[in-house]
Amino acid sequence: MPEAKQHMSAIVELQDIHKSYGLGTAVAAEVLHGINLSIENGEFAALTGPSGSGKSTLLNIIGLLEAPSSGRLSIDGKDTAGMDDATRTTLRGRSIGFIFQFHHLLPGFSALENVMMPSIIDLGWSTAKAQETALQLLEQVGLKDAANKRPSELSGGMQQRVAIARALSLSPRLILADEPTGNLDTHSADEIFELLQTINRERQSACLIVTHDPRLAARCQRQVRIVDGQLV
Amino acid sequence: MAGLPMRLPFAWMVCLRYLREGRMQTVLILAGVTAGVAVIIFLTTLITQLQASIIEKTLGSQAHIVLKPPRAVNQTLLSPGSTAAIVQPRAQRLRSIDQWEAVARLAAQTGGVQAVSPVLSGAGFAARAEANQPIALLGVDPVAHRRIVRMDKYLTSGSFDVSGANGVIGIELAKDLGVAVGDKIRVITMDGRNDLLTIAGIFDIGNRDLNRRWVYTSIKMAQSLLDLSGGITEIDLRVADLFQAETTARQLQAQTGLLVESWMQTNAQLLTALKSQSTSNNLIRLFVVLIVAVGIASVLVVSVVQKQKEIGILRAMGASPRRVMSVFLLQGGFYGLLGSALGSALSLALLNFFSRVSRNADGTLLISAEIEPSVVAWACALALTVGLAAAALPARRAARLDPVQAIRA
Repeated sequence: MPEAKQHMSAIVELQDIHKSYGLGTAVAAEVLHGINLSIENGEFAALTGPSGSGKSTLLNIIGLLEAPSSGRLSIDGKDTAGMDDATRTTLRGRSIGFIFQFHHLLPGFSALENVMMPSIIDLGWSTAKAQETALQLLEQVGLKDAANKRPSELSGGMQQRVAIARALSLSPRLILADEPTGNLDTHSADEIFELLQTINRERQSACLIVTHDPRLAARCQRQVRIVDGQLV
Repeated sequence: MAGLPMRLPFAWMVCLRYLREGRMQTVLILAGVTAGVAVIIFLTTLITQLQASIIEKTLGSQAHIVLKPPRAVNQTLLSPGSTAAIVQPRAQRLRSIDQWEAVARLAAQTGGVQAVSPVLSGAGFAARAEANQPIALLGVDPVAHRRIVRMDKYLTSGSFDVSGANGVIGIELAKDLGVAVGDKIRVITMDGRNDLLTIAGIFDIGNRDLNRRWVYTSIKMAQSLLDLSGGITEIDLRVADLFQAETTARQLQAQTGLLVESWMQTNAQLLTALKSQSTSNNLIRLFVVLIVAVGIASVLVVSVVQKQKEIGILRAMGASPRRVMSVFLLQGGFYGLLGSALGSALSLALLNFFSRVSRNADGTLLISAEIEPSVVAWACALALTVGLAAAALPARRAARLDPVQAIRA
């Protein structure tokens, strides 16, 4: 049993992932050329690379938002190749927490409701338990008092913290963050980064963080660098 | 802001929030649907009531179906056209329906027939002192005849009593002869038979000509005056479904071989008018439905474009295309259902107003502020269906959005 666990300890496994856009047209372009990558459970990794290197595409593929053109992708030991849309959607909702560069909170809902949303989507209902969990998460990111505020009433750093709380809503084993600090001043960026580190430590959720900031990348356990669609 | 309602399904929650967020859109489209539903209910009710009132006025004093003896025709030995001889049409003498009791029984057993009344009618004169007037003598059974024509409603004085030597005459004839209830008039027929009639009641049937000509007596008295003992010249019928009268008439004609006429033949013009009224009502309804559908669809199409990014976020958080679709379908259904509820209320208010403002010449209500529950149910079901159908296209579009593209937008 421990051996099996050892073997299954990668939360994400990519084997020879290719991604092309516009296949069959004159402007067909391959963005990812055979990516092999595995991210262990509880790992805290940075994904760096220049603009246009394929960082976001790779993140979207790992996050099951886009399908690879070829190659094998396993999330939590499950091969995603044969999955139908509904299974993929459920797996995405339960196993993966997204944090975007722009908070992408729902403007019509309060901070609390935004944090509850993944749980509401998963259960199909809003429940008292989901609300309790959401309040705890908001407390953890230091925003308990802002629970009933709309995103527009919060500062950029606060919005991003709500987005982090939302990503944690279903206790995902993997958190994908696409330049979560890219839109913030240095002070707020540090705070957000530290919050992610704390969450990684306390919850043992693996984090893959896309960042341009070499200072922050250096503080990660591991740096994955991508240039022109290939890992270097 | 309001707290989150507990135990609300995802699609409902998001749908209601979107409706609240786009308050102006919601109010405008609801106003549109409300107006549309109100127009449909109001117009349908108005036309139904007006038609019912016209039918009541026209057919109130008529039988729906009348059975008469077949016309007497000359049998020619040579087929018409093969000879230069001119065949004169026969003069139609007063004849009884053969076996009329059997025919009446058959008619009563026919589906849809509510009442049967044998009538003996013929020509004659009413005279008093120096005055005399031509009349149509109608021998009826008062109980049976009341089921065909609501005579009691038309009586201005006395009662509808034709027993013995009693008779009932119209208000114009009463004026011409200068008689009132209790007075006597003499009724004379062509071959000189005559009898005294005591006026038991005077009616006003709403038609001057009939008020001058119709004289009701008992069947027995009419039989003796018209020299047709035991005979009946027509059988009047009332049917449950007015617009089935013609079908029933044709069936009876085939069964009895008698001359059978329905009100739809004798009032062909009225029937055409009613039909074209119904057609124009249907056309208006069709256009209102189309406009409402286009309105709902356009609001939702805009909404889907506006919410593109949010839809992408919801999809990224694990919302299935079906869930996203139901959010927008619910919006369409909501517009339809709430719009039809408001529209029903509005149409009731309109009818209330109109029923007070517009009255008949005699001061009675032209329309009553009553709505058929079935019309409301029908309009609500229609609005709900239209709402859902109109939302289907935008909802499908929302469900098919690619999350990555949508978030970047």
